[in-house]
Amino acid sequence: MMPFIPVLLWSDILLWLLVAVCIAGAVMARRSEHILTSWRRIAGSANGMAALTVLAAFFLIGLLDSVHYRPRLAQQTGVSISAANYGVEVLSLLDALAAPLKNNSEKTYSAPLATRLFSKETIEEAVVGTDGGTAAGTDARIVRDYPRLIYGGAHLGADTAGAGQDMLVTGLIGAALGLAVWLVMAWLLRAMLPDGRGRKSVLATLAVLLLIFAPLLALSTHYHVFGTDKVGQDVFYLTLKSIRTGLLIGTLTTLIMLPAAVLLGILAGYAGGWIDDVVQYLYTTLNSIPGVLLIAAAVLMMQVVIDTHPQWFATAAERADARLLALCAILGMTSWTGLARLLRGEALKLRELEYVQAALAFGVPRLAIMLRHILPNVMHIVLIAVVMDFSGLVLAEAVLSYVGIGVDPSTISFGTMINAARLELAREPVVWWSLTAAFAFMFALVLAANLFADVVRDAFDPRTRMSP
Amino acid sequence: MLAYILRRLLYALPILVGVNLITFALFFVVNTPDDMARMQLGIKRVTPEAIEKWKVERGYDKPLLWNEKAAGAGRLSQTIFYQKSLRMFVGDFGRADDGRDIAGEIKGRMGPSLAIALPVFVLGLFVTVSFALLLVFFRATYLDFAGVVLCVAMMSVSSLFYIIGGQYLVSKAWHLVPISGYVGGLDATKFLVLPVVIGIVSGIGASTRWYRTIFLEEIHRDYVRTARAKGLSELAVLFRHVLGNAMIPILTGVVVVIPSLFMGSLLTESFFGIPGLGSYTIEAINAQDFAVVRAMVFIGSLLYIVGLIATDISYTLVDPRVRLE
Repeated sequence: MMPFIPVLLWSDILLWLLVAVCIAGAVMARRSEHILTSWRRIAGSANGMAALTVLAAFFLIGLLDSVHYRPRLAQQTGVSISAANYGVEVLSLLDALAAPLKNNSEKTYSAPLATRLFSKETIEEAVVGTDGGTAAGTDARIVRDYPRLIYGGAHLGADTAGAGQDMLVTGLIGAALGLAVWLVMAWLLRAMLPDGRGRKSVLATLAVLLLIFAPLLALSTHYHVFGTDKVGQDVFYLTLKSIRTGLLIGTLTTLIMLPAAVLLGILAGYAGGWIDDVVQYLYTTLNSIPGVLLIAAAVLMMQVVIDTHPQWFATAAERADARLLALCAILGMTSWTGLARLLRGEALKLRELEYVQAALAFGVPRLAIMLRHILPNVMHIVLIAVVMDFSGLVLAEAVLSYVGIGVDPSTISFGTMINAARLELAREPVVWWSLTAAFAFMFALVLAANLFADVVRDAFDPRTRMSP
Repeated sequence: MLAYILRRLLYALPILVGVNLITFALFFVVNTPDDMARMQLGIKRVTPEAIEKWKVERGYDKPLLWNEKAAGAGRLSQTIFYQKSLRMFVGDFGRADDGRDIAGEIKGRMGPSLAIALPVFVLGLFVTVSFALLLVFFRATYLDFAGVVLCVAMMSVSSLFYIIGGQYLVSKAWHLVPISGYVGGLDATKFLVLPVVIGIVSGIGASTRWYRTIFLEEIHRDYVRTARAKGLSELAVLFRHVLGNAMIPILTGVVVVIPSLFMGSLLTESFFGIPGLGSYTIEAINAQDFAVVRAMVFIGSLLYIVGLIATDISYTLVDPRVRLE
């Protein structure tokens, strides 16, 4: 009997589908020289490759977090063997790898790398000759102090004086391991990438990433490197989990809206006439509704539908997943108009070119012309739009979740993290680590995406000027 | 030109009807008038009679889109859609669920919204255009490079960070201005400074880069070379020639948002407790007050269309070649 059953969430399927599409695209690109030239330009750019390396690291975490399963519960005596029980909680590969981070929950806030809780509590402690008096026996006294964390620095025991030294040693070991990993990867990459600025930049970025994260990972086995939040969850774990949500919103939204945008845009531009009028009417109407209002109204509607149909979802994870996908669809609904307008303009131009006219004269059906001659020649616009939209969508998720029209509150995302932590700035002293961690990771992700988008745009279409 | 504007306004009618249909559909696909009544009356003590009475009082007792029982034009007009949504074309926004007049509420809240949105817009435009011109003046130097890096970094920061960080630093740590709130009159300044500054700062990154691209595109044109050749200073070239000729792309992005300034900013207003239209909308969304959301969507769309027309008109002002036929 299997120790787990795999769970396929819809978002997982779509994300892996996207990976498959990317691989297929790469295989196809190998055959056409002009696409390869553009990609070589990206591979030769220091900025682009550094950004791509960071993005790849984010995607690796996100993909690890997109393999879901339900573990089998421990067999109880007296229950027949045939009826295996699987937990209702859906876990991912990342959860399994980061099990200590996920499970080692403290009681409440603790600062990064702390060994004690953040707030004083009334605790009982055995009196074993602490302040001069050597009261023997098992007497306990009540004191108000910062309680010792259950997991943070647990291996040190009650005496936390050596914590600083222990952290330094662990961190250095981590850094050494990171260096070793870097050497292996550098050796592998030398064989894979051509020499040049691109490879140098990849290696440098990898070195920075490993030197930051290897010590963090080493420390996180014994400490809460980014502290813990209100209910004692490890903030480092939460930030890692948020990455998947951000990536999903950034990629699936454009993926969902692409078919509609491409189809309607090309159709309007190429076919003209009443089709053009209808499509233009559609996107002008959608465009003229203030975006946030349209999103808010649609999200509220979706929430009512989900709340009134609890029987659709077997687990809470599936419900949260459905809500995430619906949010992607709604964001897509409001953002396809820009791409559709661009494609319409481009198709209008292409329609008049000689090779399209020639195809028409040869009697090629209109549908075939659109598929064979128009579509491949607007694909660079589509690619640029996908990459350019990514960062904006990641930022939008945080804002929407903050306003309360974003992801399910049980979904871990940058937005829900910020939302949960923002009131804590009013505390004295300030609980700053959740916010800082969420903002820092989001910044890294969006910055990498922005830099990469610039390079892709320059490589594929130096003349296109996109609006901000 | 008058004929052109009139024709554009006529084109706007079907778009506005479409906008209304979309909001109407989004709301009534999942909510029936009975649900609305139940939500407003509270869960307890709801009898079918009470629901019926609520619906009759508010005019929700009619069919949604098509009235079979009525005759002639009444089939269309004796419906919720006609009575509630289409009446907005004559300025009748109806009442919110709490009984207040929506039009009056909007008039009262427009002031605070504009008090933030207008300075953010005007000062923000000034700051970003100046910054972009500065970068273009120092183009292809390390200063330009550093400026672009700064812009990309600034546009990668979440707007929530600017707001939360600004509130924390300025209001909590330094005690310079109150964290949130609003009063009428001149005293409002102390409440407005922080949101306005944050609004400007959070827009610098993306806008500056955008304007820089526009200016750079112009600066390699022949007329710029001619201007330099006849001995104009670089500043005169930038301000008189480059800025002037870059006006069309700038206006395309800028004019369309001017009417929408009335709508206020959802995020800023809710963070700073400003009683403007943005926070009004958020409250209505959270309370599922359809009447208010409907009115705000209608006004927002109308202002957007007005913005589009204003953009076309503004072209004729900066470029004498443009004629509106």
